[in-house]
Amino acid sequence: MSRRIRVLVAKPGLDGHDRGARVIARALRDAGMEVVYTGLHQTPEQVVEAAIQEDVDVVGLSILSGAHMTLFPRIKQLLAENGADDIMVMGGGTIPEEDVKELKEGGWTEEIFTPGTTIEDIVAWINSNVKVD
Amino acid sequence: MIEYVDRLLQGDRRSAAKIITLIENDGADKPEVMRRIYPNTGKAYVLGITGSPGAGKSSLVDEITKQIRAENFKVGIIAVDPTSPFSGGALLGDRIRMQEHALDRGVFIRSMGTRGSLGGLASATKDVVKVLDAYGCDIVIIETVGVGQSELDIMHYADTTLVVLTPGAGDHIQTIKAGIMEIADIFVINKADLGGTEKMITDIEGMLDLSPLLKGWRPPVMATSTLDGKNISNLWETIKKHRRHMIDTGTYREAAEKRLRLEVTEIIQRKLMEIIEKDLLSNGKMSSLTEKLVNREIDPYAAAGDLLKKFLP
Ligand SMILES: Nc1nc2c(ncn2[C@@H]2O[C@H](COP(=O)(O)OP(=O)(O)OP(=O)(O)O)[C@@H](O)[C@H]2O)c(=O)[nH]1
Ligand SMILES: [Mg+2]
Repeated sequence: MSRRIRVLVAKPGLDGHDRGARVIARALRDAGMEVVYTGLHQTPEQVVEAAIQEDVDVVGLSILSGAHMTLFPRIKQLLAENGADDIMVMGGGTIPEEDVKELKEGGWTEEIFTPGTTIEDIVAWINSNVKVD
Repeated sequence: MIEYVDRLLQGDRRSAAKIITLIENDGADKPEVMRRIYPNTGKAYVLGITGSPGAGKSSLVDEITKQIRAENFKVGIIAVDPTSPFSGGALLGDRIRMQEHALDRGVFIRSMGTRGSLGGLASATKDVVKVLDAYGCDIVIIETVGVGQSELDIMHYADTTLVVLTPGAGDHIQTIKAGIMEIADIFVINKADLGGTEKMITDIEGMLDLSPLLKGWRPPVMATSTLDGKNISNLWETIKKHRRHMIDTGTYREAAEKRLRLEVTEIIQRKLMEIIEKDLLSNGKMSSLTEKLVNREIDPYAAAGDLLKKFLP
């Protein structure tokens, strides 16, 4: 057995660049994970379909657009509809604290990393939250 | 895990994905799962796409998939990217070029890292092909970058292999890795829109003039562009022509037999290696022999014979 943690890094929404997502993707690779990177402008449907086919443990969403209050619930809902609600969803971006609280309490995300979080924090979070069966 | 097999056979993609993970991790249920899958395989046609890094392989996979879908065949795509030898992690980015098919239920895309063990990649890929075959894919496309030996080995499991090169960027045929030219059934010179393809085509044709024809097939050399669509539908027609040729000449059946024999041989080799590593080399006997070897009291042949006695009396 040689299990590897698999993570999908996606940049949903219509806005600009994916520099942040690429940095995260590379950092997770350097931490020994297999990172599926899907590029810009992903719809929630595309994100979920990729997460299922790639059988990832975690979906990481890089969000700048302010659409987080619809994107996270939509993705969680689609995962559930496809019998894949064991896939965790984490996010990163400038998201107001009260929204973070609401999303987490609603069960729409497992964790959100706001600016100031280090890569090490994210790696540590994934390592301690992915069940290695 | 076993329960996933029935669902796989009904075309459930989450089960397909879970079984592929089992194979990649070499999980305990793998032999049993593969035993149940095997009777449902042997139908898919396997197209291998390899070549230099950044040559446009994923873009071509995307374009070819469009052609295949227009004919309503179901497609499985295995996109292999290198695992970092330092961290064991991998950045799997081939999907970026295949977004158009993300929501098409007739297309299943799986990214794989090369991971560690020698021979492990080819073995895992073969099994993943079987999973996609049983899942109902008519055509399975494997993309690998043609640099490492293990990546090239995979191509021996393809029915038709495309080698993708680009005109510029130092892809001079003399500098191309040995082994890669021999496996091509079709040469693709991509990024033709950038110009400079003639020289490359002439060079390859010149090389082919000197090579013996394999089973009556001379690999066509085609200049393509995924930007302006040049020769893309021709490429798909040529792939089908090669397939027809293989079937008509009996090469297809012959290759399938050879591959299956090879697969059994490789499984035996892997199992023997495991036995050797577990039983022969780790029971302390080796370390006790080391002293004698250093002191020239015993020679390496005698030492090996000693260790093997248990197996080869
Ligand atoms: N000009 C031109 N660029 C192309 C063509 N096909 C692909 N590209 C570009 O080449 C770059 C690499 O394309 P990919 O399809 O990712 O190439 P690849 O061979 O799969 O790359 P790796 O998997 O990283 O080895 C991208 O920026 C593409 O847009 C083409 O026909 N013409
Ligand atoms: Mg690629």
